[in-house]
Amino acid sequence: MSTDLQSSKRFQTPKERRDFLGLASLWSAGIALVIGLLGALRLPVPAVFPESNSRVKLGPRQRFEGTRVTWFPEYRLWVYSTGGELYAISAICTHLGCTVAAQEGGGFYCPCHGSRFGPVGAVIAGPAPRALTHLALSISPDGQVVVDQHEEVSPETRLKV
Amino acid sequence: MPTETSRSETTVEQTPAAGISALRQLFRNLRTTPRQFRGSLIRHGRPTSDRAASEAVFGNLFIHILPTRIHRYSLRIRATLGLGVITLVLFFLLVLTGIALMVYYKPSTDQAYDSMKEIWYVVPTGRFVRNIHRWSAHAMVVCVILHMARAFYTGAYKAPRQFNWVVGMMLFVLTLGLSFTGYLLPWDQLAYWAVTIGSEIAHSPREVTDGLGVTSWLDIGGFLKRLLLGANNVGQEALIRFYVLHVMVLPLVTTILLAVHFWRIRKDGGLTRPPSADLIPLATTAAGPATSPQKTYGLMAVVRGRTPLVDRSIANTIPTHPNALYAIAALSMFTLAMMLALGYFFDAPLKELANPAVPENPAKAPWYFLGLQELVSYSAFTGGLGIPALVVLGLMLVPYLDRETANAGVWFDGPRGRLVCLASALFTVLVVISTLIFTVQYGWLRNWYPQIPQVVITLVNPGMMFLAIFMAWSFAVTWLTNSTRMGALAVFTCFLVSFAILTYFATVHRGPNWGFYWSPSEWPTH
Repeated sequence: MSTDLQSSKRFQTPKERRDFLGLASLWSAGIALVIGLLGALRLPVPAVFPESNSRVKLGPRQRFEGTRVTWFPEYRLWVYSTGGELYAISAICTHLGCTVAAQEGGGFYCPCHGSRFGPVGAVIAGPAPRALTHLALSISPDGQVVVDQHEEVSPETRLKV
Repeated sequence: MPTETSRSETTVEQTPAAGISALRQLFRNLRTTPRQFRGSLIRHGRPTSDRAASEAVFGNLFIHILPTRIHRYSLRIRATLGLGVITLVLFFLLVLTGIALMVYYKPSTDQAYDSMKEIWYVVPTGRFVRNIHRWSAHAMVVCVILHMARAFYTGAYKAPRQFNWVVGMMLFVLTLGLSFTGYLLPWDQLAYWAVTIGSEIAHSPREVTDGLGVTSWLDIGGFLKRLLLGANNVGQEALIRFYVLHVMVLPLVTTILLAVHFWRIRKDGGLTRPPSADLIPLATTAAGPATSPQKTYGLMAVVRGRTPLVDRSIANTIPTHPNALYAIAALSMFTLAMMLALGYFFDAPLKELANPAVPENPAKAPWYFLGLQELVSYSAFTGGLGIPALVVLGLMLVPYLDRETANAGVWFDGPRGRLVCLASALFTVLVVISTLIFTVQYGWLRNWYPQIPQVVITLVNPGMMFLAIFMAWSFAVTWLTNSTRMGALAVFTCFLVSFAILTYFATVHRGPNWGFYWSPSEWPTH
């Protein structure tokens, strides 16, 4: 029975022309499927982020006079003021996004995986790949100090008020 | 071709018998309807003969995934330890309790935590059902790992079952994915911070692209994080995405792959069994024809291989109905009883409401990820993505690298394999524990050279060292024993034992700031 089947026409090698047509239809179907899937995958990648504006007002400039450290828990950042010069350090750990805590006598530590940072945020120990982020500060027309939570600046940058 | 014998005990009365009015016939039909209905529902008779027992399995959509006859060895406890069936029962239990919880759960950051409290305090049996869901999820992870170990140590990945091992690895990853996505839904502190860490792990390819300075045009980490969270931080978008993954996408993919997994068991010739299982004449082999069972081979003529019991006698096999069904029922009862007891006596944890400003200290992932979290505490990318990906791919490759088919089905491949596994376990204990002591005592590269580039730490850290040492060990074993199977046993034992040690270490000995403590009772209090 099996030999009958194998010698029958259906089991003979197909013609080359048939092969070409078959392969062409197969490949076009495959390519169409892949392109369709890629198009569908475009959907879950957000074009607009739901978060509010990354630039937020922290308060009037008078608030930051003198030498002081101000902690903003809702934005997870510190603003350091020394002699009319301001800079902001983000408290978001560069390792895995935990909130770092300030240590007594300068420096920061992360409670999640034990990263330690120096007084201006440089990595001293632990798995953090980068120093803590310094954020861009500016003064708005109404005299408020504004921070951009997404704009990183070099650690030397200072805002004069 | 054998003719169809009568399939039904009940006789079918179709036309009104002569001399009886149609009305009278109607009442007679009404009276016999229950019997007729039963006959139409189950068309075979009572499974008193082998043939009827086969039909009972063959003709039922829900149990036809089982063969009509099953090898005696496959039903022995030592063959499988019942782990596959237990895992499946847990999956069903999770689907059922999960659907029940969906009735009350609201995937919104404002209401998720409240609905958890509602399920706990207000919903009738809600707390019990949630407990069962949580403990079954934990149990399923345990059983998947044990099932994987059973399959590996009995050589069940060997030809022709290579691909089913690959499917099994995918199911392992899916199980972890299901657990992880479920973790966010309560929206408590633990959930929030575990998922923040998880999404930052997806973000961690930045560690490499930053090191190479190509992030500006190839930001894989940023893309993965945006895809997972739909935002920059864990929030409403992330919650709804995790919810969709948890209740729809992942269960669907898991169900499909489970079907493939079971189908392949059948197509690969049943469960693996040692050669000796067919050599020893079993005392009470079921009575039956010594030659092949009566069967039509129309399609089988063009199909080759081990699929049906072609050319083989049914010696050593027993009817699935009722033997395997009893075994499955017993395992289901056992699993159900365990989960009910756990759910009744132990409450699933629920911490305080998620607070994006203050992380838990220590912020620990669920226990099955704690081994990885220990590695993540050396390098986010290596521990969170690099090593897991390499381990999963490496394990998937094992059947294609070790093709020795001798002793398939024998636990640990016999006495020599037992020795290799024991030696590998001791070796792993030595390597992992001494490395952990060293890092706790002396720190790692960054503590000695604070200026060291991140790329060096990404490549040289305890996790990568483990990987390299265990690979070297496996090659050495392969060379010494002149057997790839021994090398495979060695590397799998290293994986299993190091997973266990790292999980234990991170669970018990890691405290606030990921510091080392002998026990949680020594943790400092505020």
